[in-house]
Amino acid sequence: MELTLTHYLALSAVLFSVGTAGVFLRRNLITVLLSIEIMLNAVNLTFVAAGRHYGVVDGQVIAFFVMTVAAAEAAVGLALVISLFRHKESLSPDVFTSLKW
Amino acid sequence: MLSLIPLLPFTGFLVNATLGRRLSKGTSGAVACLAMLGAFGLSLMQAMRLLAIEPGPGRVLDETLYRWIAAGSFHADLAFRLDPLSMLMILVITGIGSLIHIYSTAYMHEESDSEYARYFSYLNLFASFMLVLVLGSNLLVMFIGWEGVGLCSYLLIGFWFKKTSANDAGKKAFVVNRIGDFAFIIGIALTFWTLGTVDFRDIAIKVAPMATEVAVFGTLSIITLLFFIGATGKSAQIPLYVWLPDAMEGPTPVSALIHAATMVTAGVYMIGRNAELFSHAPQTLQIVAVIGAATALMAGTIGLVQNDIKRVLAYSTVSQLGYMFLAMGVGAFAGGIFHLYTHAFFKALMFLGSGAVIHALHGEQDIRKMGGLKSELPITYWTFLIGALAIAGFPFLSGFFSKDEILYRTFASGHTVLWVIGALTSLLTAVYMFRLVFLTFHGERAAAGHDHGHAAHGGHGHGAGHGHDDHGHGGHLHDAPPAMAAALVILAIGSIGAGYVGVPHALGGSNHIESFLESSFHPVNRGELAVHGTPAAHDTAPAAHGEAAAPAAVGDHAAPGDAHAAEQTELTLMGVSSAIALLGIGIAAYFFLFNRALADSIASTFAAVHRTLLNKYWIDELYDATVVQPLKWASDHVLWKVIDVWIIDGIVNGVGTFVRGSAALIRMTQTGSIRTYAASLMVGVVLILGYYLMQ
Repeated sequence: MELTLTHYLALSAVLFSVGTAGVFLRRNLITVLLSIEIMLNAVNLTFVAAGRHYGVVDGQVIAFFVMTVAAAEAAVGLALVISLFRHKESLSPDVFTSLKW
Repeated sequence: MLSLIPLLPFTGFLVNATLGRRLSKGTSGAVACLAMLGAFGLSLMQAMRLLAIEPGPGRVLDETLYRWIAAGSFHADLAFRLDPLSMLMILVITGIGSLIHIYSTAYMHEESDSEYARYFSYLNLFASFMLVLVLGSNLLVMFIGWEGVGLCSYLLIGFWFKKTSANDAGKKAFVVNRIGDFAFIIGIALTFWTLGTVDFRDIAIKVAPMATEVAVFGTLSIITLLFFIGATGKSAQIPLYVWLPDAMEGPTPVSALIHAATMVTAGVYMIGRNAELFSHAPQTLQIVAVIGAATALMAGTIGLVQNDIKRVLAYSTVSQLGYMFLAMGVGAFAGGIFHLYTHAFFKALMFLGSGAVIHALHGEQDIRKMGGLKSELPITYWTFLIGALAIAGFPFLSGFFSKDEILYRTFASGHTVLWVIGALTSLLTAVYMFRLVFLTFHGERAAAGHDHGHAAHGGHGHGAGHGHDDHGHGGHLHDAPPAMAAALVILAIGSIGAGYVGVPHALGGSNHIESFLESSFHPVNRGELAVHGTPAAHDTAPAAHGEAAAPAAVGDHAAPGDAHAAEQTELTLMGVSSAIALLGIGIAAYFFLFNRALADSIASTFAAVHRTLLNKYWIDELYDATVVQPLKWASDHVLWKVIDVWIIDGIVNGVGTFVRGSAALIRMTQTGSIRTYAASLMVGVVLILGYYLMQ
């Protein structure tokens, strides 16, 4: 069986849905960040697959950009998580509903 | 040049209003007086220029400052016009105004520097507006002056604003005047609506060929009636006269200038200015004549029993204004203006004289507490006596000529009932004036050695301390100081001589004033008159010889036979009114000089009548019950508790409540939960993407 673009897109959709579900359902901010990473990588997979399908390098270039952003996001996000934990001794996103306290 | 005349007093106002509190009394008084004297000098110069022009409709000086309003074919300019009528008025205003300013420098001397300057700034502002009123060449400019003098009247009545009664009187004057002004401005709008112009001369030109509204109460009648209602407010006629007696709360020179000589005559002037218009509305003229006569009689009877020296004069003013309106109403426009002019002299004189008395007695105004002042205040006494003789119609003084002119014209126009009322009022005038003279200046002082309690409670700004310093001991009083005496003497001369510009034909004169003013009243018809030699030539309507149109015919002396008969009538009437004047003086002398007990016993016999007169027919109470209290009730129960609380507040609070309620709903979406936000973002993206993918 040959792997077509459709397979990749299907996998990507599954991964994206897993990530989305994680963001909505998990009650730990670190897990939420991990879920976002999964979503980003699902998007990366789409780009790379589409680039390969069309025989251009644009998809891979974009994937690198996304990785960069993801790395920066992870750094900032984890820093925020640490800071939040220091305030409330909790990592549940439901605890943090106010803009200031 | 014309515009400088009102501008000079206005400059005086600006100086005293801005720098006044830093100026000494001498300086601010001098500024005000010089401004007025300058205006008087300019008026004289302009009068010379005007007199140099040949008599006739062309005898006008126009000066347009700029086009104020322009809309289509309509335009109103800020323009001044000097013609014989306004010339007479500006000379009266600036001439008598100057005298009263000079008088005031002495009368108001006990005020503090800043109050003194405030007083003179108001007085100058008043003069300026009054000059705008009479010089304005169209209704709108006149209305500026009309409102301006009303404002100054309010300010000056309430000059001693720490006194509740003065504040109330000021408010009353303002509110009552507003009623008249409202009618006046509707009249102006209606004039524009029907005639398309507000310029006096254009109005006369457009109205002249129109039919006289004899049988119908048409547009011209409505316009003139509205104008007349405006005039009743400003000139204190029934039903809007009630503010004038209360206006005596103001300083006495103010009463002399504003509430006797100038402002209150604005209504008469306004009718004279629109004489052509009024001539075409005989029914309105009839109303004017009746109201004038009724006012003259009613105010005369009230004046008979009042005990406040200024109130007697105030009712006398109302009564004399009634005379002027009577003259206007019977079509004797020149007679009305003539009386306006002579009245300005003798009434200003008498007010200033009463001011000198009040000044000498430290604010005492009750004539029952006066008496015997003749020897102590000789200048005041003699000048006041001249004024009283003039107003009573004593032969060959100014009031005699003008009052006679009015009575004669009333009689000649066929208004016999009105003539009887006028003659009766003339008797009353002589009686109450000489009652005033005898009670004030003759007999014995009721309270020998004045008590200072009155000086203080009189409250006319005369400090009791001053009383101690100057007049503290014994009954010796000071006559008017030089500035006041000068004004009194000049006005007394005027009261004697002012009438000689209008000596009637019957006495061998030529009634200059009538022919002089003719071109102001009928700016278009004069040419026709000269050609046809008949005064009714312009009345194209067949019924033009209606009652009110008739006096114009009577006044003409074209036919020699008629003229002779008319002169006979006039001489007879003159004899009658002279006799009436002397009889009135005699009655007053009998009751108040020789047999005062009899006057009191008559008063107690007819106690009901006496009380009615003393309480001014309870008109104030009637107005209070029928107008003021219902208005208060409506304001309280309708305007406040329904309209204000429910509707106005309801709208304001309703907006607030609505915003708060809707915000509370919207706020529920702002949970702060990051997962909710993410979910809504997600749903949104899916929906939008889904929409485009479905296409």
